[in-house]
Amino acid sequence: MKIHIKNGHLIDPKNGIDAKQDLYIAAGKIASIGKVPEGFVANQTIDATDLIIIPGLVDLSARLREPGFEHKATLESEMLAAAAGGVTSLACPPDTDPVLDEPGLVEMLKHRAKQLNQAHVYPLGALTHQLAGKEITEMCELSEAGCVGFSQADVAIKDTQVLWRAMQYAATFGFTVWLRPEEPYLAKDGVAHDGEVAARLGLKGIPTAAETLAIASILRIAKETGAKVHLCRLSTSEGVEMVRAAKKTGQQVTCDVSANHLHLTDFDIGYFDANTHLKPPVRSQRDKTALSNGLADGTIDAICSDHTPVDDDAKLYPFAEAEAGATGLELLLPLTLKWAEDNKLKLSDAIKHITQVPANILGVAAGDLSVNASADVCVFDPKKYWKIEPKALLSQGKNTPFLGLELAGKVKYTLVNGHVVHG
Amino acid sequence: MQNPQLTNDGELKHLLSIEGLPKRILNQILDTAESFVGVAEREVKKVPLLRGKTVCNLFFENSTRTRTTFEIAAKRLSADVITLNVSTSSQSKGETILDTIDNLTAMHADMFVVRHAQSGAAHMIAKHVAPHISVINAGDGRHAHPTQGLLDVFTIRKYKPEMHNLRVAIVGDVLHSRVARSEIHALTTLGVPEVRVIAPKTLLPQDVEKLGVHVFHDMKEGLKDVDVVMMLRLQNERMAGAMLPSSQEYFKTYGLTPEKLALAKPDAIVMHPGPMNRGVEIDSAVADGSQSVILPQVTYGIAVRMAVMSILAGN
Repeated sequence: MKIHIKNGHLIDPKNGIDAKQDLYIAAGKIASIGKVPEGFVANQTIDATDLIIIPGLVDLSARLREPGFEHKATLESEMLAAAAGGVTSLACPPDTDPVLDEPGLVEMLKHRAKQLNQAHVYPLGALTHQLAGKEITEMCELSEAGCVGFSQADVAIKDTQVLWRAMQYAATFGFTVWLRPEEPYLAKDGVAHDGEVAARLGLKGIPTAAETLAIASILRIAKETGAKVHLCRLSTSEGVEMVRAAKKTGQQVTCDVSANHLHLTDFDIGYFDANTHLKPPVRSQRDKTALSNGLADGTIDAICSDHTPVDDDAKLYPFAEAEAGATGLELLLPLTLKWAEDNKLKLSDAIKHITQVPANILGVAAGDLSVNASADVCVFDPKKYWKIEPKALLSQGKNTPFLGLELAGKVKYTLVNGHVVHG
Repeated sequence: MQNPQLTNDGELKHLLSIEGLPKRILNQILDTAESFVGVAEREVKKVPLLRGKTVCNLFFENSTRTRTTFEIAAKRLSADVITLNVSTSSQSKGETILDTIDNLTAMHADMFVVRHAQSGAAHMIAKHVAPHISVINAGDGRHAHPTQGLLDVFTIRKYKPEMHNLRVAIVGDVLHSRVARSEIHALTTLGVPEVRVIAPKTLLPQDVEKLGVHVFHDMKEGLKDVDVVMMLRLQNERMAGAMLPSSQEYFKTYGLTPEKLALAKPDAIVMHPGPMNRGVEIDSAVADGSQSVILPQVTYGIAVRMAVMSILAGN
């Protein structure tokens, strides 16, 4: 199969391309950019006039809900959503049921995903059994089964001795440890940023210190043990500052922010909109600005969707009891574009946070359009506005704080390994 | 964002929170309540304003005073009243709140009076009900207890009609108190120039001053020259949550005794939403003393709840 994508504007941050270029794909790989390879006869030509061609998106956190939560979403539904969102590689956290703490489960998930022949799925294995924070998992076995890192999803390890050992062990084999920094006692029962809005609405707050204390311990233990750490979903201004300081000292640490947190503050909770119940909570305007600046200056490495499809019923509870999470795979690109526009950034400077940089964090060959790289491509219309509403989303999860909003950026074609999975 | 409590014409559709209600509506409720105060003194304690309407009291959390006064208020308006203590019935069988609401709607309820342990429950129900139904929040978690806030300002207005010239102190567990939040919004909306909160830091929400109050941690400073002292109930579980060392120490530091009350203006009134913990937040000598208006609060509560129901029913 040979595909010629013509007349589009091609952006490939890794290779520094930001120009009108044709893309030639053959045998599932990028064959050439700009000039026709010798003897190339396209089986399919995609006209990308007025469209932008970028590497397929790499999403550092997408819950596919399998195994165990098929009533919320299935691999089938979420892989379609990924394709519709231009996402061609994704990491999924281990908080499934059962938890991804056994090689067999990981192999099964990889196998099921592969059969669907859509986005590349990179599971994160559980760092501890059942995510219980007591015993470490068989990381080598899990790694062989396909895990690209080890994570506690949303469950913090309370026992710092266990955290220490887990990092030591991971460091022994060079595995990356993915942690969402949240001190569990300070965050206990909290559902909103501990500030004015929580005070007004009578919601239990999660103080900023819940994040900063956790970052302090994680960074310290990582330094002592030599573990590679990826901090997931930063939410506070102070947290960004701590990572900035750590990076300045040369510590090996990466971090991400969810696309939701680049655009929302606690005021968006409005009158208890359960769709804004997220983990970590959306915080103040000051925090939002700091996250945005941190991303722009490279302190924060990547933007992820934090895709967490929730069934409608689970949101039909008072705010605190409603399940946390929002669908995101199909919103990652438009929300990233909006961030770039709001902050007057060059498109390529924004795109790298959802392609090249997260691919580096995952340690997988993706996120660029180098010749001979796997042809994972996203072609989108940057000017096409579309309304975020349940019927416009392929994900089984229809809950997002952005419902009703019109966003620019509609994916027209998604290619994985050189075949069209969307469009 | 449209205020879910108001119709497009700005009239009251549900009563969910004092926050966001215009002064005009608060005064409308208080003035209407004034006209209902006399009903209780008549031989026939009834007016026919809600005849043929069904009011459904839905208590997902226990209550005696609020439930009873809502029941009496609805009956004095001639409504048919059903009271469900849902905490002991369908919820324990696993039915969701909205299923319960749907079932009662199918039985043609016209008004729901709802209490729930979670902040935002009343908003959620109001969003879900059929358009002809009104929802009254009788307390949702820590968020709001608007009829309590209204009956408190009604009581203040009775004793201290010059609202624009008052200094009011709210004392105690503001963090967990829906009453305090509703009182703060009612007082600030009605133009009370100085609302103080007095509590240890463990019992105040983060950024509470953004609600328009002055924060005090010392009872003696905070009570100085106030016209109204509004006490809050202290729940026993606060000791378990490491928020306070003991009820004895609390009484010593924040309990309202005659000595501390003497720092307020000589004609200051003392209020409490009930139920009181005598010897914890308030000394019996104060609770039963001449400055206490705690029982009139209960009486006025009925008139205020009648006013709210009557306005929501379109009268």
